[in-house]
Amino acid sequence: MKTENSQHDTDDVIIEIMGMHKWYGPFHVLKDINLTVRKGERIVICGPSGSGKSTMIRCINRLEEHQKGQIIVEGTELTSDLKNIERIRREVGMVFQHFNLFPHLSVLDNLTLAPIWVRKMPKKEAIDKAMYYLERVKIPEQAKKYPGQLSGGQQQRVAIARSLCMSPKVMLFDEPTSALDPEMIKEVLDVMVELAEEGMTMLCVTHEMGFAKTVADCVVFMDGGQIIERNDPETFFNHPQHERTKLFLSQVLQH
Amino acid sequence: MSSLDNNAQYPVGEHPNWEPPVSNVGVIGWMKHNLFSSRLNTILTLLAIYLLYTVIPPVVQWAILDADWVGSSKADCTGEGACWVYINVWWKQIMYGRYPDAELWRVQTAYVLGLVGLIPLMIPNFPKKKWISAYLLLLFPFMAYVLFSGDNLGLKLVETPLWGGLFLTLVIAITGIVASLPLGILLALGRRSNMPVIKTLCILFIEFWRGVPLITVLFMASVMFPLFLPQGVNFDQLLRALIGVALFAAAYMAEVVRGGLQAIPKGQYEAAQALGLSYWKTTIFIIMPQALKLVIPGIVNVFIALFKDTTLVSIIGLFDFLGMIQLVNTNPDWLSFAIEGYVFAAVIFWFFCFGMSRYSQHLEKKLHTGH
Repeated sequence: MKTENSQHDTDDVIIEIMGMHKWYGPFHVLKDINLTVRKGERIVICGPSGSGKSTMIRCINRLEEHQKGQIIVEGTELTSDLKNIERIRREVGMVFQHFNLFPHLSVLDNLTLAPIWVRKMPKKEAIDKAMYYLERVKIPEQAKKYPGQLSGGQQQRVAIARSLCMSPKVMLFDEPTSALDPEMIKEVLDVMVELAEEGMTMLCVTHEMGFAKTVADCVVFMDGGQIIERNDPETFFNHPQHERTKLFLSQVLQH
Repeated sequence: MSSLDNNAQYPVGEHPNWEPPVSNVGVIGWMKHNLFSSRLNTILTLLAIYLLYTVIPPVVQWAILDADWVGSSKADCTGEGACWVYINVWWKQIMYGRYPDAELWRVQTAYVLGLVGLIPLMIPNFPKKKWISAYLLLLFPFMAYVLFSGDNLGLKLVETPLWGGLFLTLVIAITGIVASLPLGILLALGRRSNMPVIKTLCILFIEFWRGVPLITVLFMASVMFPLFLPQGVNFDQLLRALIGVALFAAAYMAEVVRGGLQAIPKGQYEAAQALGLSYWKTTIFIIMPQALKLVIPGIVNVFIALFKDTTLVSIIGLFDFLGMIQLVNTNPDWLSFAIEGYVFAAVIFWFFCFGMSRYSQHLEKKLHTGH
């Protein structure tokens, strides 16, 4: 599944980032980002903290605004046009480090809210869909509970199910396991692996190198707001090209 | 808990659960913990008991045991205690002001119509609450207005200067409460808006009304405002006071709601946006329910303050509950019963305010979802 193989085939390109820059005030956080994501591709983004990985994927659904360059999602360019932004957000699911479930709504309501009010799905259909995805993440019995009554791992699985209920074409994961206790990381990763095996297009910022090795088609390494290296996991972990990558890998793989 | 138990050895990981020490639980435990936990607290407890002993018996003696309850004139008050006959005789004025006797059924009907909506709302799990709320907020004010003022449906016109007593207090307070919450929410959203014009307007509005005393607002509404109107245009006195009170309360409400909005983590907005929810849907379904829940105590605080501030309308010639009592106090036949009047007013006000307070606590508990 090398990305170079299908270079000319632009039909199945789902996200295209070209020469994208971003500043926070005077601080240049993202520099000349170029990234193409094809349908079904699983991309893991890693790098030291502060390297701009989260900011980059947050630009894809416009939680952050970029100032230069182009981001095209599903053929629509992200501009300040609200209608376009909302259309893209419907198609792009996102899972956050801190889950961000809606604490005042039951698990089931968390899952059905957006399908009902954004996709205009009939209530019954939305509930059926929600229950289907709760089964998939293995917690259907928690449907009536509130997020505050669940463990961290369960909350994150609910958050994944909530995104899936919108039938997104791409899923963005922003350090989905970083806020979890060690014994809960596996249950969340298992769900993500399953999702990857079904062919979901995924962009995942994570420090879980095991996950990167097993599911990623491609690993992107970022540092200082730039993409330093992009390679298939085999090459990336065993023959890193760049000095900074080598340094980073020596630090994260030591343990 | 004998020393034998304490010294007993159990295999690792198999220690049984013991009962807590007797002195930590039950009535004795509670008293020890809450009343006599230290020498200073013991002294304070005893002092408090002494204080209650010196205050409560005389009050009970005056208000209940020595009080006169039945009769129709001042002469029936012979005892040493309170003369509740006074309240009895002036009941109608205190409750309804100068509203015509023959039309009182209209006010009472409106009360019943209001309670019919309000009581089911307060019963947990009552079905169709959305429809009942819609009835209360949309249909009821209209029906109440028609009943109160008349002049159509064959009802006799009762002009607002005749409205008074507790009835007028409720009209002002409920209008203020119902109008100030939505207005306050919009102002709070406006103040946090990214649009500079809307933001500035909201800040100006809020700071203006918060910076001016309510008495000034009421004076402006009743004395100054008519000067600005063209000749011949007449604006009802009560309506002007209502608008003044509602806008005044809305400014306070806006700041309370804004406090709640600021407590909502950024992640909630982001999660809602990431799902494709628009600004208004995010606000209505995600942000407001959480923000309002957080500031229930503050909202009810504004309601209670508003309820009590309605008494200020007496200075612009509207005779609300307290104003009516003060008016009755000046009746030459009933001088020297001011205390009974004020105590009665205090008790009624307290019941309304305490009711709101209890209901808000109940709401907080009910809406708590364990986070």
